Amino acid sequence: MQYSSPERQPLIEGHKTYHDITEDIASGNEGTPPLAWLIGLGISATVATIGVLCILWTIWQGIGVWGLNKTIGWAWDITNFVWWIGIGHAGTLISAILLLFRQRWRTGVNRAAEAMTIFAVICAGLFPLIHMGRIWLAFFIFPLPNTRGMLWVNFNSPLLWDVFAISTYFTVSLLFWYSGLLPDIATLRDRATGMKRRIYAAMSFGWSGKAKHWQRFESLSLVLAGLATPLVLSVHSIVSFDFATSVIPGWHTTIFPPYFVAGAIFSGFAMVLTLMLIARKLMNLQEYITIAHIESMNKVIVMTGSIVGVAYITELFVAAYSGNVYEQYAFWNRATGPYWWSYWCMMTCNVISPQLFWIKKLRRNIAFTFFMSIVINIGMWFERFVIIVTSLHRDYIPSSWSYYSPTWVEVGIFVGTMGIFMTLFLIFARFLPVIAIAEVKSILKVSGDQYLEKFAEEEKAAREKGISIAGSANVAGARHDKDA
Amino acid sequence: MKHKYLVGLFDDEEPLLVATKKIRKAGYRMKEIFTPFPVHGLDEAMGLQDTRLHTIGFVIGACGTLFAIGMMGFITAVDWPINVGGKPFFAFPSFVPITFELTVLFASVGMTVIFYLRNGFSVFKDPEIVDPRITDDRFAMVFCMKKYGDRQGQIEDLLKKTGAVEVKERYLEEELPDNLFKSDKEYFESLEKAHH
Repeated sequence: MQYSSPERQPLIEGHKTYHDITEDIASGNEGTPPLAWLIGLGISATVATIGVLCILWTIWQGIGVWGLNKTIGWAWDITNFVWWIGIGHAGTLISAILLLFRQRWRTGVNRAAEAMTIFAVICAGLFPLIHMGRIWLAFFIFPLPNTRGMLWVNFNSPLLWDVFAISTYFTVSLLFWYSGLLPDIATLRDRATGMKRRIYAAMSFGWSGKAKHWQRFESLSLVLAGLATPLVLSVHSIVSFDFATSVIPGWHTTIFPPYFVAGAIFSGFAMVLTLMLIARKLMNLQEYITIAHIESMNKVIVMTGSIVGVAYITELFVAAYSGNVYEQYAFWNRATGPYWWSYWCMMTCNVISPQLFWIKKLRRNIAFTFFMSIVINIGMWFERFVIIVTSLHRDYIPSSWSYYSPTWVEVGIFVGTMGIFMTLFLIFARFLPVIAIAEVKSILKVSGDQYLEKFAEEEKAAREKGISIAGSANVAGARHDKDA
Repeated sequence: MKHKYLVGLFDDEEPLLVATKKIRKAGYRMKEIFTPFPVHGLDEAMGLQDTRLHTIGFVIGACGTLFAIGMMGFITAVDWPINVGGKPFFAFPSFVPITFELTVLFASVGMTVIFYLRNGFSVFKDPEIVDPRITDDRFAMVFCMKKYGDRQGQIEDLLKKTGAVEVKERYLEEELPDNLFKSDKEYFESLEKAHH
């Protein structure tokens, strides 16, 4: 028998049975699409179209249509790239790292978070590609045998490491996500008829839940989780190497890899919350994405937000302590120079605001969490903007000093990627289960509210009799020695 | 030709696990068990052989490591050496990130492909389902009647006694493929071990 401490909060509410879980989650993918979904899709598809048009305009005209200049060669494009990649990291953290840590609450949000990862990486990948200017030569980044005198790529460049990191990250996330989807697509298949059934049958690859298949499935998910865990840490470390291995004051720091990874998870969780709070409301999933889930994610936010805050302050301290005037100027200029507003926006959103989550009432407040998730996303976007643009705009020679502002094309592309992201997410939420049905079923017996109530009663009865049930029951991951 | 099977449906994982062990101890080997979610310990209770998928993952991953180092070494030190600031051609530290990425890529793609192949997955397969609820809330234990046809009554009794909520005959167009089981000796030894 499985057992869990009754002190734990239920992760599935409403006395659900296995069938209820199937019914509640799969019904979101059946029937006619709700009006809210159609309106949402209409808006995001329009925004996505604007973005695509701006991308096509960039490709047609060249990146001269952007606000970049000789001094500031990286700006919104790379800011957006790093921001989107960072957002993706929460999905992998939830699905892989929390799997290894056996955190049961991940089952409620992992599916949507992984989907978010994939869509965010798609949006991120667009930026370096269009930034190349001649996108039709993008294959030059791969070490392919060629007729250019066998001229190869430079394996000592972090930009090339990035190519490998991002493409591996995308591939592994996609495989992990899709393999996890197989059993749930099979559930949809067995509920559907006609053409719909045939499509889901093809998508489920003939999954039927055989014991051997589950055995291999568990082995595959565990190993993929084990591989994805160092992978997610490596991806943002390598992204940070793009900056850290250069000699630009403000970039050339060893703190970058951990600081970027923490920031990525920080912003990613904020985006998961933004999406899930909307999805749980629109799709009636309050019993599966409970306040306990939201509180857990807010705890991760306060933790990673504090790491980010400490990293900012460490950067300032190290600059001051180094005695290096260029480094000192770079940081003084961030706070007081022409881009002071972006620096203070970043500081307020990322350092001060997440600290409010130390208050339990606020961690469990949905409206406040939603507001904070937006604030953090804005703050993390400004972090990348500050690092990239403020460090570049004061070049080595004062005659090269410059100022950057985006053109409408850049704004259009950035807003457009949000449209692409939301369009993909809405399509996903309509046709595939947003919550991992099979995984939620597998934690029902330990985290369903009726079972936790039962455990509490058993414990009370045992206490009255003056015996501890800790020794007799098969205690699974619960501290249970206080009444012994 | 139709193949005859006996299907016992359970409505929960705990009775299923107990029943699986009891039926194995009574000397029967089930053809297959279908569950809507992974039931921890079911493969051991059934006596299935352990999967070697993770070993395959390790081997393919190691191939990725060797491929990455070999490729970068060949390109930078053999095929087209470029002197950058007097640094070594074979600059191993800067090969580490790509070596790591390719190891992960090879291992995960390789494992996933083997997972699909070994499971016989295909987009053209619409499997015959023994019961429409096995992807919802039913756990189906299936017995091959070609093998146990003469003892159908006994198996039915056993299933009912061990908590099956429904027992029925089912004819399938396609034969269910065989599972790889541990030998009986190994199986009972592993049960003993788990018990202690």
